[in-house]
Amino acid sequence: MSAPADMLSAHVTPAQERAPEERVAGAMRTFVQEVGALSAFRLESCIHCGICAEGCHFYIATEDPKYTPIWKVEPFKQAYKREASPFAPFFKLFGLKREVSAEQLGQWQHLLFDSCNMCGRCSLICPIGIDVAALIEQARHAMFDAGLAPAELYQKAARQRETGQPEPSAEPYREQLLAIGRRFGVEIPLDRAEADVMLCVPRTDIEQYPSAVAALARVMQHLEASCTFRSDALVAENYGYYAGGKAWQRDISLRLIEQAIACGAKTLLVPECGHAYTALRWEAADLYGRPLPFQVRHVSEFLAEELQAGRLKLKRADTGRTTFHDPCQLVRKGGVNEAPRQLMQALGVDLHELKNHGGFSFCCGGGGGVVDIERAAPLRYRVMENKLREIDDTGAENFLTSCSDCRHTFDDARAHFGWDKSPRSLLELVADNLSSADGRS
Amino acid sequence: MDLLGFARGPALKVAIAVFCLGVVWRIVGFALLRIRRDLSAPRRALLKTLGAGAWTVGTRSWPHPEFIGRTGAGEALGYSYHLGLFAVVLLFTPHILFLRSLFGVSWPGLPSSLITIIAVLTLTLFLAVLFRRITNPVMRMLSNFDDYFSWFINALVLVTGLAATAHVGGPYERLLALHILSVDALLVWFPFSKLMHAFYIFPSRAINGALLARRGAVS
Repeated sequence: MSAPADMLSAHVTPAQERAPEERVAGAMRTFVQEVGALSAFRLESCIHCGICAEGCHFYIATEDPKYTPIWKVEPFKQAYKREASPFAPFFKLFGLKREVSAEQLGQWQHLLFDSCNMCGRCSLICPIGIDVAALIEQARHAMFDAGLAPAELYQKAARQRETGQPEPSAEPYREQLLAIGRRFGVEIPLDRAEADVMLCVPRTDIEQYPSAVAALARVMQHLEASCTFRSDALVAENYGYYAGGKAWQRDISLRLIEQAIACGAKTLLVPECGHAYTALRWEAADLYGRPLPFQVRHVSEFLAEELQAGRLKLKRADTGRTTFHDPCQLVRKGGVNEAPRQLMQALGVDLHELKNHGGFSFCCGGGGGVVDIERAAPLRYRVMENKLREIDDTGAENFLTSCSDCRHTFDDARAHFGWDKSPRSLLELVADNLSSADGRS
Repeated sequence: MDLLGFARGPALKVAIAVFCLGVVWRIVGFALLRIRRDLSAPRRALLKTLGAGAWTVGTRSWPHPEFIGRTGAGEALGYSYHLGLFAVVLLFTPHILFLRSLFGVSWPGLPSSLITIIAVLTLTLFLAVLFRRITNPVMRMLSNFDDYFSWFINALVLVTGLAATAHVGGPYERLLALHILSVDALLVWFPFSKLMHAFYIFPSRAINGALLARRGAVS
């Protein structure tokens, strides 16, 4: 391991002010307590073949062995074997597994946060079938409890939990949303007492891609859907998920769940945001403690269902030669593979798939909160080169995606590399090509 | 009691007992941990999910086309020596007779000369695997005592078996005793080691496949 020696002190968060020994004890305690049978099975099964490295774009780009996915949970494997495994007393008695040191855990901050998008590609390559990404998510929980979440993620999560907004803004998001409606000439359904569909937006869209917010409103208007945004739960992202703060993740999810229940929604519509989909579709019910009383749909799934039901009519879009970036959280970890392609087919998109697409797609490099971690930028750019090359290799003039964080990451790379492409939102493409029942646009 | 009698008598009995109890304890030890119910709404029906899990047991045996260029050679090497081991353990007539004495069932074996060739090839692959573990930076970093000792003890079983078959290195009875003692040691070491993957690999693949299928994702 060769993490910078000042890493521990470089990103001090309030929780990090605790003594290092306390941090480690807290982290290990949390991890060991969280280890259920499934995670224990995963930790027990590893044969140290190192094949997971070959699925990870951080390793592929750098060939640095420390980026091997299973290595990212090494201290936690050590803690599990020492504290909770079937032979724990044996390991402890003979000192075969040492206690995890504060220095060791500090070094792992770089591996668990800066150099892991939690994209899950490693979980598809493991010949044993270990879901390494699930272990990394659990390790992040423990790191958070040890006060070792990177400052950027910690602070955004804290603010979002407190106020509903991960970052301060000149105007509250509610006002910004209404302003977007006025600017794009579309009604923003807000704070309706009852609605079938509850909407929310990525803060990235409010701040960077207001046209995507307008597109969502326009499409819902076109479908004459009973829907509403709720002032108390506008933001789709969940920085608690990124930072590893499980209780905070729950609190942030609860904000949306409670508002969806309050307006009697049958569907909580997740906008173009990959990790919000994971947090709400697959993890929120567990944190809520019971099944959600509504369905959770990603906007591309929802629109594909509307398309199949004949309620959504689309014109053919002239996008030229086009490729599509599959957001990991939606496709590999979420199973939303067909819906975007059904929409693109209906739009007549001349789709040229990436070499690695669908469930095998490479992450944009920004997922898992990496795009928010400033010090991770040089490594992220290095890792992204492979992805940008894949996109260029398709010969596509345009490329689409259905996650605003991916979009933001690509746009950032565009500025960094002087790249000639900018991703387009699939939702916006749909909104721009709506057709009425009689075929008029 | 001579060395051979000890090896295939009390030593073997103790080794089998440690093996059985150790394996059961290692599995029960984590199986008794909490199993959290997934409360999210599944995308696929239970039967389809289970079917996909079973399917993944087979499909994960070989890399997906997207990965094959990077992992195909390493996996082929791994599977080759496993196949060699299976052939030597299960298709060598003296082994079949020994297993019949334990379980009461038998099956046809391969000619001894062919088994010897397979064993030599397997030992060569073992050396290649060790070379790879030492020279590959990722594997070297991940490796610990368990990896090297598990390799050593398996190699020891192969070497002593070859020596006994070829009558090289001493009287046959002593060579056979050493071979059986190495098997005893392997059985004792097994439940404490990564060799447990023999029991984990298929359930692990099935669980991963089923959980991904539950979400409608590829596995």
